[in-house]
Amino acid sequence: MSEIVLKGGRVVGPDGVVNADVLIRDGIVIEIGVGVNSDRVIDCGGALVGPGLVDTHVHFREPGQEWKEDIETGSRAAAAGGFTAVVAMANTDPAIDAGHLARYVSERGSDVGLVDVVPAGAITLGRAGTHLSHLDELWAAGVRLFSDDGDSVQDTGLLRLAMEYLSDLGGIVAQHAEDRTMTRGAHMHEGAVSARLGMRGMPALAEEVIIMRDLALVELTGVRYHAQHVSTAGSVRLVEEAKHRGLPVTAEVTPHHLAFDHREIERMDPAYKMYPPLRTESDVAAVRDALRTGVIDVVGTDHAPHAAAEKDVPFDDAPRGVIGLETAAAVVNETVPLDPVEFFERLSVSAARLLELDRHGRWVEPGVPANLVVFAPEVTWTPQRFASRSENSPFKGRRMKGRVLATIHDGVVSYEAS
Amino acid sequence: MNDFLTVEGLSKDELTSLLDLSDEFVEVLARPIPKVPALRGRTVAMLFFEPSTRTRMSFERAAKALSADTMSFSPGTSSLSKGESLKDTALTIRAMGADALVVRHTSTGAPWRIAEWTGLPVLNGGDGAHQHPTQALLDALTIRQHFGSLDGLKVAIVGDIRHSRVARSNITAFSRLGATVTLVAPKTLLPVDLEGWPARTAGAIDEVLDSDVIYLLRIQKERGGASVLPSLPEYVSRFGLTWDRFARMPSDSVVMHPGPMNRGVEIAPEVADHARSLVEPQVANGVAVRMAVLFRLLGGEATDV
Repeated sequence: MSEIVLKGGRVVGPDGVVNADVLIRDGIVIEIGVGVNSDRVIDCGGALVGPGLVDTHVHFREPGQEWKEDIETGSRAAAAGGFTAVVAMANTDPAIDAGHLARYVSERGSDVGLVDVVPAGAITLGRAGTHLSHLDELWAAGVRLFSDDGDSVQDTGLLRLAMEYLSDLGGIVAQHAEDRTMTRGAHMHEGAVSARLGMRGMPALAEEVIIMRDLALVELTGVRYHAQHVSTAGSVRLVEEAKHRGLPVTAEVTPHHLAFDHREIERMDPAYKMYPPLRTESDVAAVRDALRTGVIDVVGTDHAPHAAAEKDVPFDDAPRGVIGLETAAAVVNETVPLDPVEFFERLSVSAARLLELDRHGRWVEPGVPANLVVFAPEVTWTPQRFASRSENSPFKGRRMKGRVLATIHDGVVSYEAS
Repeated sequence: MNDFLTVEGLSKDELTSLLDLSDEFVEVLARPIPKVPALRGRTVAMLFFEPSTRTRMSFERAAKALSADTMSFSPGTSSLSKGESLKDTALTIRAMGADALVVRHTSTGAPWRIAEWTGLPVLNGGDGAHQHPTQALLDALTIRQHFGSLDGLKVAIVGDIRHSRVARSNITAFSRLGATVTLVAPKTLLPVDLEGWPARTAGAIDEVLDSDVIYLLRIQKERGGASVLPSLPEYVSRFGLTWDRFARMPSDSVVMHPGPMNRGVEIAPEVADHARSLVEPQVANGVAVRMAVLFRLLGGEATDV
């Protein structure tokens, strides 16, 4: 029998926030009250105790690119960031385009045991954009979210087929929206900064035309659609209009798109290189506001590890992507004014609902599975080292506000701040 | 001055002082023995990760005229082609004893990275479509020699501004030295956003024939795999400096080009060879301004000149 008490926290339950202790036994929240005790106590010191965070978008690089990250180091990073479930994107080597590959990822996640690693499935075989992947097999292996992330499905006819097929099953088509004909050779946002630097730019429209097309296909097929890492004001407007029309659409934003705009690229530091690229100040304002109002439903970190040497090159030559799991909660805390209930809705509850993860994203009350996080919104810290195998973070060395003190995964402490 | 990477941070006074120093080296280069001992014992390494003839030879000539030793690197035959990283290549060349590096690279910002990695003085010999600061100095020097000053001059830059590091450096330098700059190009060859740029734009070369200086840029029909122009003859019809157009320019105006020229495209052959074409003085001045920059960076004493 394992027992833990989270002592002196502000517990985020279905009726709001209460000052209380939380007793966890055998993986279940047993009691919420005052003066609860046990041998194993975590002192929360007034921090929020909420549902463990759920990330709709990570890259754990296994199988195939374990020098960047693997499911074990990725799980440690997730736990350190307060996450209890993550969706691992399918752009591994090989791509997760068949049932046995998806089962490998989730079983490795269970073996490590720090976080539920939920595999995403590729929409097309090998993410090559030409043939449907083994959608039924993937579904049977527990995949609910399908994406060729890293690339868009460019072929409209093929995407329509995937949507029709998945609408039968109830799967989610998730899209990395980028019209490649508009982004060739480009590594940053097209705008005043790219013009000054003489760098080819990725226009906001390259993202928006794909979302426009996809929403028309959603209207046709009725499939559930998830716009990944929405980064422009135009994309936000499209998602908002689609929701008004009643389409089954959700959207995600990354912490780095909440935190930074394209002026960061002036320093030509590859730590700020990712796709979609950092956009303009008004785009940042738009995605922040959309997360606040709920037009953007969830935060997906797009945690994308790369080895130090791979990033220690000129900007154009660097691989795209930044890590984000360990700093996500702090970034959202700093950049978007949310009350505790809204904060956990965006970072946990909505994502768990989207992904049908009924053991996660549950308001803290007796009887729910003990997937929890202790988060102190007022504590400041400076990330220097990471649990991730990689350190390609634009937040490294920046003072941040809001710290994860502990993470409980299935009733076991998966992370505790030292 | 620790590095010479961009003209952006240089004030009018700093630019003028570099041009004044360049004038002294113009005089040195006119001597019977065009060489001074200022940088004797120092080694300048040329790291050209992108093909170049004139800029590389010009830097070599400049270094040697200052009595520095030079060493060179060419990517085709180097360990880069064996997969060595840019960082390791730069550190290896530092370990051989280079005192300064001249860097040209296809990627924006590469000279900055090499400066960070090595801690050596780095001269930007052109990075991507970003900066080419010694080109800006040599062009400014050439204009100053001809007109006495850039102050109040009308300069038109015509051609592929979007993909031009020469244009980015020259616009800044010319305007800071008092010239009025107009950019002339089809939309596909103008930067996507000109907010804050010290320049106006025009849609055809006929609108700027009253300029004191027409500065032509090399035209390539294909950029990055995409066609940016319908055809070269159509470009010539709206943007080429033909003989007829040249004949309508003021009699004391001049024509410039950073080379290599496409004769018959952006510049008519007889214009290129005309006495009011400053193409050859540009090349000659390139050596003097590079001497000035090397001299500043490697801390030679002024009395050595």
